[in-house]
Amino acid sequence: MTQSHHYDEERLAELLRALPPAPEGWVRAAQELPRSRAELDDIVARAVADDAFRRALVADLEQALQTEGYEPEAIPLDELRRRLSDS
Amino acid sequence: MEASLSDAALVARCRTGNQDAWAELVNRFSRYIYAIATQGFGLGPDDAEDVFQEVFARTYQHLDRLRDDEAIRPWIAQLTRRLSIDRIRATSRVQPTDEEIEPRGADDTLDRLDEALSVRESLAELSDDCQEILDRFFARDESYQTIGESLEIPAGTIASRISRCLAKLREVMEGRNSVAEPS
Repeated sequence: MTQSHHYDEERLAELLRALPPAPEGWVRAAQELPRSRAELDDIVARAVADDAFRRALVADLEQALQTEGYEPEAIPLDELRRRLSDS
Repeated sequence: MEASLSDAALVARCRTGNQDAWAELVNRFSRYIYAIATQGFGLGPDDAEDVFQEVFARTYQHLDRLRDDEAIRPWIAQLTRRLSIDRIRATSRVQPTDEEIEPRGADDTLDRLDEALSVRESLAELSDDCQEILDRFFARDESYQTIGESLEIPAGTIASRISRCLAKLREVMEGRNSVAEPS
């Protein structure tokens, strides 16, 4: 990118202040995305193959996930619901 | 290692399923996305968090379909802008146009944040000590005392260290500009 600015210390300080860190929990959750996506795919595949598991998920999603050893808070539940209803 | 990669190389490595590369991509753009949503569009914490996570979810989904890996940064900026506008529209009683939704000065704010991200990239070329002290003081708004205790250096020397590190950062930024602007 081409820029034409000249940087005195005040300007640099202002620009450094402009990007404070995002909350740690947000960053961690985003970094865990590949793992949570893989779990999501695994759950959907199991639900397609196992009708009892699928019914348990539909009846009480979070409880069924906990019972099967998943961590519901690490899984995008809205997307899981959507994919279950699509599958 | 991932921290030293160009944006394009980092995207390429993410595409192979490398989780460290993905973690670095999140790290590299997290502040930028957060700032666009909160400073550019004034979103509150809940809406900003939704936009933040949605940007990364869509980025992850679209890794295979990016037209230009080097353009990941403007692509992310545009996506954050789009999702922020959608979020404002979703919570609005009337159905305003995009132009009505965008806060006055949003373009200027986004330009400033883009420039700020360039400064952060230059920061990575300084020593670890300089990176740490400048980030803590300016971006994290820590006091001299907190910085001194965390880094185990005398609080009385911090102001001069900040000044020296800023001078080095200025050299890096102006070096970049002289390369970008041949006379």
